[in-house]
Amino acid sequence: MTDYLIRGARVLGGAPTDLGIKDGRIVAVAEVSGSTGGAVETIDATGLIALPGLVDLHTHLREPGREDAETVETGTQAAAMGGFTAVHAMANTDPVADTAGVVEQVWRLGREAGHCDVFPVGAVTVGLGGERLAELGAMADSAARVRVFSDDGKCVSDPVLMRRALEYVKAFDGVIAQHAQEPRLTEEAQMNEGVLSGRLGLRGWPAVAEEAIIARDVLLAAHVGSRLHVCHVSTAGSVEILRWAKALAEKQGGWSVTAEACPHHLLLTDELAATYDPIYKVNPPLRTAADVEAVRAGLADGTIDVVATDHAPHPHEDKDCEWQAAAFGMLGLETALSIVQHTMVDPGLLDWAGVAERMSTVPARIGRLADHGRPIAEGEPANLVLYDAGVTRTVEASELASLSRNTPYAGMELPGRVVATFLRGRPTVLDGKLC
Amino acid sequence: MPPTRPEVQPDADAITGRTVLDARDVSRALTRISHEILERNRGAGDLVLLGIPTRGVHLAHRIAAKISEVEGTTVPVGSLDVTMYRDDLRMRPARALLPTEIPPGGIDDKIVVLVDDVLYSGRTIRAALDAMNDIGRPRAVRLAVLVDRGHRDLPIRADFVGKNLPTSHTEKVAVRVAELDGEDSVTLL
Amino acid sequence: MKNRHLLSAGDLTREDAELILSTAAELRSLADRPIKKLPALRGRTIVNLFFEDSTRTRISFEAAAKRLSADVINFSAKGSSLSKGESLKDTALTLEAMGADAVVVRHWASGAPHNLAHAGWSRSSVINAGDGTHEHPTQALLDAFTMTRHLAPEKGQTLDGRRVAIVGDVLHSRVARSNALLLRTLGAEVTLVAPPTLLPYGVDTWGVQTSYDLDAVLPKTDVVMMLRVQRERMNASYFPSVREYSRRYGLDARRMATLQDHAIVMHPGPMIRGMEITADVADSQKSVIVEQVTNGVAVRMAVLYLLLGGAEPAIATGTPDEESEQQ
Repeated sequence: MTDYLIRGARVLGGAPTDLGIKDGRIVAVAEVSGSTGGAVETIDATGLIALPGLVDLHTHLREPGREDAETVETGTQAAAMGGFTAVHAMANTDPVADTAGVVEQVWRLGREAGHCDVFPVGAVTVGLGGERLAELGAMADSAARVRVFSDDGKCVSDPVLMRRALEYVKAFDGVIAQHAQEPRLTEEAQMNEGVLSGRLGLRGWPAVAEEAIIARDVLLAAHVGSRLHVCHVSTAGSVEILRWAKALAEKQGGWSVTAEACPHHLLLTDELAATYDPIYKVNPPLRTAADVEAVRAGLADGTIDVVATDHAPHPHEDKDCEWQAAAFGMLGLETALSIVQHTMVDPGLLDWAGVAERMSTVPARIGRLADHGRPIAEGEPANLVLYDAGVTRTVEASELASLSRNTPYAGMELPGRVVATFLRGRPTVLDGKLC
Repeated sequence: MPPTRPEVQPDADAITGRTVLDARDVSRALTRISHEILERNRGAGDLVLLGIPTRGVHLAHRIAAKISEVEGTTVPVGSLDVTMYRDDLRMRPARALLPTEIPPGGIDDKIVVLVDDVLYSGRTIRAALDAMNDIGRPRAVRLAVLVDRGHRDLPIRADFVGKNLPTSHTEKVAVRVAELDGEDSVTLL
Repeated sequence: MKNRHLLSAGDLTREDAELILSTAAELRSLADRPIKKLPALRGRTIVNLFFEDSTRTRISFEAAAKRLSADVINFSAKGSSLSKGESLKDTALTLEAMGADAVVVRHWASGAPHNLAHAGWSRSSVINAGDGTHEHPTQALLDAFTMTRHLAPEKGQTLDGRRVAIVGDVLHSRVARSNALLLRTLGAEVTLVAPPTLLPYGVDTWGVQTSYDLDAVLPKTDVVMMLRVQRERMNASYFPSVREYSRRYGLDARRMATLQDHAIVMHPGPMIRGMEITADVADSQKSVIVEQVTNGVAVRMAVLYLLLGGAEPAIATGTPDEESEQQ
C-alpha cells in the first residue's frame, strides 16, 4: 500500500501543516522535514483545506431495482468526487431494503465498488408500506450492521407504528430517520404551498404537513425516551419546533432529536417552480426565501445537526416531461460541499471546523460509524478530503460521475472543488479525478 | 418578392418637405374626381365608394359628399381593409386590422369605386381587388386616387387621378387629411 | 411579451390585450359575410393538440384557424395523468417534424404548454388552450371581449373601474386565474366569490378582492361570471353538499333580481344547471353565455392572426405603426 505525504494542507482551514499517511492511518500531523524515503508519494496541498472524509446520512443509490438511474458503483463514485468516504443508502430500492438479505447485498456491493463505504439504511416498515414493522433487529444484526432506519420517500405517518419503531430500535441503539410528510395534507402535492403554487396551478404542499409530523415525533421520542432523526428539514416552522424540542431534550435528558438539511434547501427557492422545469421538483419541495434563511440559521446554530444530500438520481425521461408527471428529487453528492461553502462558509455562518462537524463528525455519530467522522489526528483512520475553496467552477451535468444528470445546478458557477479524497489511506479521488 | 418600398408615417410635427398640394388644391382635385366619376358613370346610380383605410376612407366620404351636392342623392360609402390580403404580410410583423365596413346594400352588381390616397406600386390595389372578391361581385370596379406617384409594379392604373406626381423611389409622399391630421395637404419629402 | 407564444394571460400588456380585442372586433364581422374566410394564414399549419377532451374549445380553435385559411391538424393524445410525459415530448418532436407553425395545446398538467414552448422540443408557437388548474388565456380574452361589447361598446370606452364577480371553484379554475390576471390588466375590479375552501392559498396577493358572501357582491357588480363546480369536490370536503353549495353560491332567479339592470351573467361552460346556475338564469335576457361561444372564434382568430400572420408576432411589439397607404 502506498504511503502518502500531504504537504501544506490547512486542517479544518487552520495553519498549513503536513499530513503523513501510512497503512491507512494518519501517522503525522506536523511539518515533516526532508524526504521520508521509500514508497511515499508526496501531494502538494498548498492552499487546500483538509477535512475529515464526509459522511452522508441520506443517499439514494437506486440499486437494486433502478440501475438505469444509479448503481452502487456510480453512486459511490459520485460520492467520492464530492469528498464523501461514507454514505447511507436509503431503503426505497426495489426490492425494498427491509430484510437482512437486501441490506447485506447493498453493503457488499459497496465494498466491492470500493469508492466509499456504503451503510445501508433499513426500511422501518415492510415494503415501506407503513403497516408492519420490518425485521429491524435482523438488519441490525446482519453484516451490514444497520443502525439507521427510514421509510424515506414515505412518512411513517401512523403514530402507533412510529412509537413502536422508536421504542424497538433502542434495543440495538438504532435511530428512526423520519421523512416528515403528513400524507393526507400532501395528496398529489407538487410544490410548496404558497403564493406561487396558487398562481401556477400546482397542488400545494403546506409547511404544516412537515411541521405537524416533526412536532408529533419529538413528543413521541420524548415520551418513549428514544433517538429520533428528522430528514431534510425544509421550513422555518420545522426549525422552530426543533429548536424548542432540543432545548426540552437537553433539560429532560434520556431522549434526543437530530435533524438534517439538504444543500438545495440552503440555496434554492420555490420561485424556480415558475419555470415548470421538473429539475426543480423535489421532496420536500423547495420553499420560500424566508425558509431558506431559517434553515441556514438553524444549521449555523446547531438546531440542524447535519447536512445530508438526499442525492436522488433519476433517468432523463423522468425529468424531461410535464412537472406533474416528473419524479421528485435532485442530485447532490458532487455539489454538496460547494453549496455549503457558498451558503454557509462564504457568508460567515459556519467555519470549516463547523463544516467538518455538520458533514462528517455528527452524521457519523448519528449513524454509529466507528471509523468515520474522526478527527484529523495521529492514529486515526485516514479518511480525508482535500478541498480547494479558492477556485470556482461551472457545473456541467455531463461531467458528473453520477449515472443521472438531474442536477439543478447545471450551468451555475459554484465555489470550491474537491481535489482529493482518501478512504482509509487510499485515494479514491486525486487531482479532482476518480482513481 | 421585390423589397418592400419605404413607407412614410406622416408626422404632424416634422413635415419639412415641399408642399405639392395645399388644402384648396386637394379640394379642387376631389371636386374634379367627383365630376369625372359622375360623367363616366352617367350619374350616381349603383355607385358604391369604398375607401382604403385610413386616409382613403376620409377621401371617399368627401367625394360622396360632393357627388351628393351635385346629384342630390346619397352615395353609399364604406371602407375596405386589405391588411390580410397584402403580399408582404409575412415580411413584417402582423399588423393591426383596420375597419372593413360594407354599406348595407352590399357590392353585388354595383359600380364600386375604390378610393385611396396614393397610388404607387399597385400592390395595395391588387390586395383590395382580392379582398373585394371575398365580399361580392361588383359589375365594375374603378379606382380613384388623390396622387399617382408612378413606379407601378403591377399592371394597374387609376381611372380618376387628382394629381400625377413624378417622384423618385427615395422620395416619400405624405398625404394629410383634415379629419386626422388637422389640414389637407400633399407633401413630397 | 416579446415572444411567439400565448401561455398566460399575465404575459399580456394592456396594449397587447387591447390589440387582440380590437382585432377580434374587426374579425367578428366576418361572420356576417358571404365568404367567411380570410387568407392571412394560408400555408400555415396549426395543430390542435389535445391531451384532455374539450370539444368546444377544439372546435372554436379549429373554426378560427380555418377561417384564416390555415391548415388544421387535430391531434388527440389523450393520456391519463398517470402516464409519463415522454409522450408530450415525443408528440412535440413529431409535430416539429411535420412543420407545425403553431400548436394549440390543451393539457391536464399545469405548465405543459410552458414545457412545450421552452423545453427546446419544438420551434412552433405555442398557444395555451387550458392547462391543468393553471390558465386558459383565450377564454379570458373572449370573456373580456364579451364584457367590452356589453359594457364599453363605443370606441374609446374601456373596462376601467367595471366590477366583475367571479363565483365558484376558483381554486381549481384556470378560467378564474386567467380572467383575474387579464381583467386587472384591463383596469376592471375583480371580486372572487367562493367558500374559503375553494379560494387558492395566497389569493390576497392577486390584486383582486375576495368575498365569501355572494348576496353582498351581486348588487354592485357589472358582470357575474359563474364557474363550474364539480360534484366530486363535495367528497373532498370542499363543501358539505350540493344543496348547501347552491344555496350559498348558486345563481338563481332571486339572486339575479338583485343585479343592476345593465349587468350581465357569464359562464365559461360547460354549465352544471342546478348546481352553480339555475336553468332560468342561464337562459335569461341577462345571460350572454351563448354569445361567449360566438365571440370565442373571433378572439381566437385574432390571437392566431397576431401571432402567426406576420414575420413576427404583433403582440408584444404593441400596436404597429399606422401606415399611410403609399405602395
